[in-house]
Amino acid sequence: MKTRYTFGGDEHIYVEMDEEMSLDAFFKSLSMSNAVREADIPGVTEICPANASFQVKFDPDVTHPDEMLRRVQELEHKAESAEKRMTTRIIEIPVYYQDPWTHDCVMRFRERHQDPEGTDLSYAARINGYDSVEAFIEAHHSQPWFVSMVGFVAGLPFLYQLVDRDKQLEVPKYLSPRTDTPKHTVGYGGCFSCIYSVRGAGGYQMFGITPMPIYDPEQKTSYLKDFMVFFRPGDIVKWKPIDRAEYDRIEAAVADGSYAPRIAEVDFDLEAFNADMEGTNAKLMEALNAA
Amino acid sequence: MPLKIIKPGLSTSVQDLGRPGYFHLGIPIGGAMDRYALRAANMLVGNDEGAAGLEAVFMGPEIEFTEDATVAVCGADMPMMVDGEAVEPWTSFDVKSGQTLSFGFLKTGARIYIAVSGGIATPPDLGSRSTYPIGSLGGVEGRPIAEGDVIPIGGGAGKAGRSVPAELRRGPGNPAQLRVLPGLYWNRLTEAAGKGFFEDTWTVAPEADRMGYRFRGGRHLEFVDREQPFGAGADPSNIVDGCYSYGSIQVPGGTEPIVLHRDAVSGGGYFTLGAIISADMDLIGQLQPNTPVNFVKVDMEQSLAARAERKAGLQKIRDALA
Repeated sequence: MKTRYTFGGDEHIYVEMDEEMSLDAFFKSLSMSNAVREADIPGVTEICPANASFQVKFDPDVTHPDEMLRRVQELEHKAESAEKRMTTRIIEIPVYYQDPWTHDCVMRFRERHQDPEGTDLSYAARINGYDSVEAFIEAHHSQPWFVSMVGFVAGLPFLYQLVDRDKQLEVPKYLSPRTDTPKHTVGYGGCFSCIYSVRGAGGYQMFGITPMPIYDPEQKTSYLKDFMVFFRPGDIVKWKPIDRAEYDRIEAAVADGSYAPRIAEVDFDLEAFNADMEGTNAKLMEALNAA
Repeated sequence: MPLKIIKPGLSTSVQDLGRPGYFHLGIPIGGAMDRYALRAANMLVGNDEGAAGLEAVFMGPEIEFTEDATVAVCGADMPMMVDGEAVEPWTSFDVKSGQTLSFGFLKTGARIYIAVSGGIATPPDLGSRSTYPIGSLGGVEGRPIAEGDVIPIGGGAGKAGRSVPAELRRGPGNPAQLRVLPGLYWNRLTEAAGKGFFEDTWTVAPEADRMGYRFRGGRHLEFVDREQPFGAGADPSNIVDGCYSYGSIQVPGGTEPIVLHRDAVSGGGYFTLGAIISADMDLIGQLQPNTPVNFVKVDMEQSLAARAERKAGLQKIRDALA
């Protein structure tokens, strides 16, 4: 892992922890972005952690870019020595795979896809070596995921699966981005899954949809009354496959304010995870199932 | 007492200087594309420079005033009238209750900024009135204004007849020169591609909005060969999804550069070759489709000098109006 520092114009410093995605790079990036926040450097206006990188936005009239770069670089040792563990939460997110709405969208944008004859799921299953769409869907939801970035648009989580690299699912993005994606689509691009928090453009493959809102600017949704954005980096997610009847039931419960997502507080320790992935995931699931 | 929207224009929205602090959640800073013009308009009517005004793109709205107010319009060159009588741009004027402000056809530039004494007083979201339609934040119900909207204003009167001196009315040239500080993933480009990017003349594509401006017409950019890093995706223009800088220039597939603007997506999986310097962001907001553009390579010291020059321009307006 080699850290790279660069300027984004005269108002940003971009720090890439590693070119490739790993939880080590994520933890180092998150630790360092926290260290920058704690250092309270004059002129810093935004700190944005991402999957394997982070960005600092600052006012160069307050602190000169060279000085800002020096102050940020100084904090790298803190990130290196930081413990790669956190107290976080695991959340069950219901997913209606192969739903009619994303399917309709899948078919509308076929000419922008690598495999115009198939569907996003049949294509993803095939290129990842699965015999059937069902087997691929099972691989998508059987092990939990880690929110490694929030962004793109308001409140959209990027998720990285908690499995060995040789078990990671990988798909390309659409050849050309779509102009439309249904709200709450569960998507996939590179090694990341995501949930489209709002309707709009998108380039990720579309696998299904969740009835659970994750962004509510009006803050009317029962579990979004404190803040309009549901996810934060470090959250752990377990997809739960549901059918149409369950989708409709949850959607109605969200509307009448009675829906409460299943959530449990858990500790995540990267070293323990790397030493025993299945065991760590089993413990996470135990905590979730007890909630 | 509110403004009544008779005709909304093409896409007119309430904007101030934006909502910093939420980009890490995918909520962009937003606010006026051309902050220089909004600040100038606010100065003319005696508002705080960060007061909310109306940003209209390509086509002006038609607005009936239901109370007396002082108004100024800065930015693009677009003729305007109060009850059919021409009024001057970059100059404050009074509008009486019952009068209507309307606009003619756009001549040069792309966006006008309408400041009203007391400012637009729609409810703020996350500390700003700026409209961010994707996230349904700010403005009127989180969307651009529509026919029939009634928009609250702060009230009070400014002083009519104040004017920004002609030499301080900043806008892009033709061809526009946009200064770029190379950086970010610049190292992904071959030397020839990096040179070509600055040598070629590009034109503004029709896909140009508050989120980003797309350019076309230059040579295809070639990438340095590499085995793609895990998680990045197969295309050589792909990276592991990271944060985007405001003004950063991504070139998906190496074909059409996209400059992210005030309503930027906060991150994604395309390499960026650097960013437009902060001093030139306002100018992008005044570019019409098909305008030729040259990207000009600068270093950090030149970027900071340009930034100081822009600031000095605003100070000169303040001094001229003091």
